[in-house]
Amino acid sequence: MYLPFYTTASSLLSTNSGETSLTVGLNIVICIKQVPETTEVEFDKETGRLKREGVAAVINPFDEYAIETGLRLKEKHGGAVKAISMGPPMAEQALRDAIAMGCDEGILVSDRVFGGADTWATSLTLAKAIQLTGPHDIIICGLKTTDGDTGQTGPEMAEHLGESCISYVSQILGVEDGKVTLKRNLDDGVETLEAPLPLIITVSKDVGQPRLATLRGRLAAKKATIKVITNKEMGMNPKELGLDGSYTRVTKIFTPEPHAGGEVIEGTPDQLADAIYRKLKEAKIV
Amino acid sequence: MSKPVNVGDACTGCGVCVSACPFGAITITGNKALIGDACRVCGICEPVCPVKAITIKKAEGPQSFADWRGILVYAEQRDSRVHPVAYELLGKGRELATTLGEPVYAVVIGSGLANAAEELVKRGADKVLVYDHPSLVTYRDDPYSQILTEATKELKPSIFLIGATSIGRTLGPRVAAKLKTGLTADCTSLDIDPETRLLLQTRPAYGGNIMATIYTQNSRPQMATVRYKVMTEAAADPAHRGEIIKKPVDPARLQDRVKVLAFEAAKEQVSIVDADIVVSGGKGLGEPKGFELMKQLAEALGGAVGASRPTVDEGWIDYRHQVGLSGRTVRPKLYLACGISGAVQHQAGMKTSDVIIAINKDREAPICRISTLAAVGDLYEVVPRLIEKIKEQKTSGTPQS
Repeated sequence: MYLPFYTTASSLLSTNSGETSLTVGLNIVICIKQVPETTEVEFDKETGRLKREGVAAVINPFDEYAIETGLRLKEKHGGAVKAISMGPPMAEQALRDAIAMGCDEGILVSDRVFGGADTWATSLTLAKAIQLTGPHDIIICGLKTTDGDTGQTGPEMAEHLGESCISYVSQILGVEDGKVTLKRNLDDGVETLEAPLPLIITVSKDVGQPRLATLRGRLAAKKATIKVITNKEMGMNPKELGLDGSYTRVTKIFTPEPHAGGEVIEGTPDQLADAIYRKLKEAKIV
Repeated sequence: MSKPVNVGDACTGCGVCVSACPFGAITITGNKALIGDACRVCGICEPVCPVKAITIKKAEGPQSFADWRGILVYAEQRDSRVHPVAYELLGKGRELATTLGEPVYAVVIGSGLANAAEELVKRGADKVLVYDHPSLVTYRDDPYSQILTEATKELKPSIFLIGATSIGRTLGPRVAAKLKTGLTADCTSLDIDPETRLLLQTRPAYGGNIMATIYTQNSRPQMATVRYKVMTEAAADPAHRGEIIKKPVDPARLQDRVKVLAFEAAKEQVSIVDADIVVSGGKGLGEPKGFELMKQLAEALGGAVGASRPTVDEGWIDYRHQVGLSGRTVRPKLYLACGISGAVQHQAGMKTSDVIIAINKDREAPICRISTLAAVGDLYEVVPRLIEKIKEQKTSGTPQS
């Protein structure tokens, strides 16, 4: 439950309260997704949709780094870590696993009308759900999911919330005066950035190895009540949600064709080196 | 969110819709119906309006996007130089443009862009919008996404392509969300459906185990980020003519919340992405020291060292060397895979290489099936002999191109 005037680091900043003796914690939200444990999945040829039933499900491995980042922030600055996930009822388990790692709370955003959402509809739904669950200082997402592989939900959510977003964060250097300094990986190097709260980040594996669930965490996870948000609470137009609210449509799913191969040769190391060398000459590489 | 229910100028303020609305969402304000927040877009008001002033944007069904024409390419730049992925997108963009009979546009944002803009024209852009201002010298999500959104609204392209670089993959979603349109991530193939003329965007999912073809029907532009080193670069044609339009930039008008405090360029000299020759090592090396041998072979060939994911996970070599779906995609003239089994995720990052040579103990390894030449043997026996042969030829003085 949330107090209506809950103090957050960012609200303190915006009210310009100056010096304060209050110990202000960070309201940290982690977006997680439950994904199939293996990426070798089947798909429904009729609907073009993936069959998610019957496959063991886990927290998206990239999201575990997001959880780790959130837990470290809480350890340093105080506050609370809330895990939120959009998915079918079975995704509740992913939230319990997040609590077992140390998250304080799990929220499941689940409704039939959310089904089949692309990244636009997903980010919109998650943004609305996060707004509904109270204030936040920082939202942390994994780099991408192992099933969809897009990495788009975080930045799109930032746009829906009107907040700034930093992708590929590798290290959080500090949180002070309502601002975060951090490092992020780009293709050609590492940037050091400063951003105001509230903020959305996606984190890379460089943030640090995710911790394992503790026994105490497991017990907490078992006892925890997972709050469920449906569209009844959100009151959104179903046309904006799920498959109907998605701008993109999957028209075909197929298995990639294997690359055409050439010859496979055996022989002595000398013969093999010779054959490779001839091929290099043929291709005008040497 | 904008309401999909629109009240046109024909509205007389008669109030028939007010009593018809089951949610009490409509009021008459200033002789015109006003749709309030309580609206649930049920559609009851649309047919009851006697003057047909109410229209509801349908989420389903084909719409006319006839005024959205052209293929727009975002030309990412670093230090005023256009990232080569933009030339690849111009190559693909021209192909799509020819099929559709539409023009090719480019947008470039940064500082000191005169040369960049000219180069984009040579590479096939019919029109280039240039946002050149000292305040834009470093990339930031906020101002770049705002400018790019405005440029897109001005150009109204049917298709909008962005390179799936680290910057493109964070900029793309920001712009797509602002434009309220679909975005397909990390595409490896783009085609036009001959019947619908829609852009068919194909991309790997589930770690490359599955390919999905995706389209955007009910919004424009059709946006995609496109993987680097997959499409063929447009050649520079000095004779190609295009219009360069310098757009005004007013920093005061641009949102800019994130400050860049420092940038540290990556250390290594040869980037595997740009190398013509990549020598990669896998778990078959047996130990981290094996990469020393890979380095020697790469040096002999004048190439860069790549690595499979397991070796990076084990900490044998830095992540920047990783080839594959979760690493870099490479498209060298020669890809030499030593002790790499060639899981589908690895193949996704190298299979478009011109020549693939594998050295592997296991002839059943997947890499052997996709290689131009697969040598079944011990890499520690074969590679030193190969290095010798290459060096022999070099010292024999045969000039090589």
